[in-house]
Amino acid sequence: MKELTIDATVENILQVTSFVDEQLDSFGCSGKAKMQIAIAIDELFGNIAHYAYHPGVGPATVRVEVTDQPLAVLITFIDNGIQYDPLSKADPNTALSADERKIGGLGIYMVKKSMDEISYEYKNGQNILRIKKNI
Amino acid sequence: MKITKTGTGTELCFALEGRLDTNTAPSLEAAVNSSIEGVTELTIDMAELDYLSSAGLRVLLGTQKTMNKQGKMKVTNVNDTIMEIFEVTGFSEILTIEKK
Repeated sequence: MKELTIDATVENILQVTSFVDEQLDSFGCSGKAKMQIAIAIDELFGNIAHYAYHPGVGPATVRVEVTDQPLAVLITFIDNGIQYDPLSKADPNTALSADERKIGGLGIYMVKKSMDEISYEYKNGQNILRIKKNI
Repeated sequence: MKITKTGTGTELCFALEGRLDTNTAPSLEAAVNSSIEGVTELTIDMAELDYLSSAGLRVLLGTQKTMNKQGKMKVTNVNDTIMEIFEVTGFSEILTIEKK
């Protein structure tokens, strides 16, 4: 298990992605899974950066674990900001035309569709969001 | 992400290289907004784009809405990973897409 605690800012997304990539590279994660995980980081860490401590800045912890049988990567995002369950949001209607479409909720929807598991809990004043991707 | 703009007058192409995400989407939005006036044929070339997140989709949607009013837009050289994102999010029905 490895973890990184860093200020939740948009500028730090790249650093989080590099940190997670290092762990993924160490056990030969496929290019596609790596991209899907990078997108998930952009969405989830980006959400924390935008909303958790708004208008201030606060820390977030990103924890990476690898499990065997099946080989999977588990990534946990933890922040102490305002309580927010991104999974409580209804899925967007993806059948509307361009002029009717709204962009809200698309990011978390993409994460739900590309990961094998996703869960949220609020515990001891912390938002804890976990994603799991089978490799 | 690197953005290369080519074209003259009413035809314009933005070639994207790298990642279209939370950090880079604002630069594409700014590039589009500053030069879209009077354009009737817009191309977004994704040959060198690795992937995009919802921040990128937001800019594509806004650009498509603008182009619906003034001309045509197409997204070209879309790789399999990006195509899957367009399909999952329903953007494959909104955008005119040419696969790689």
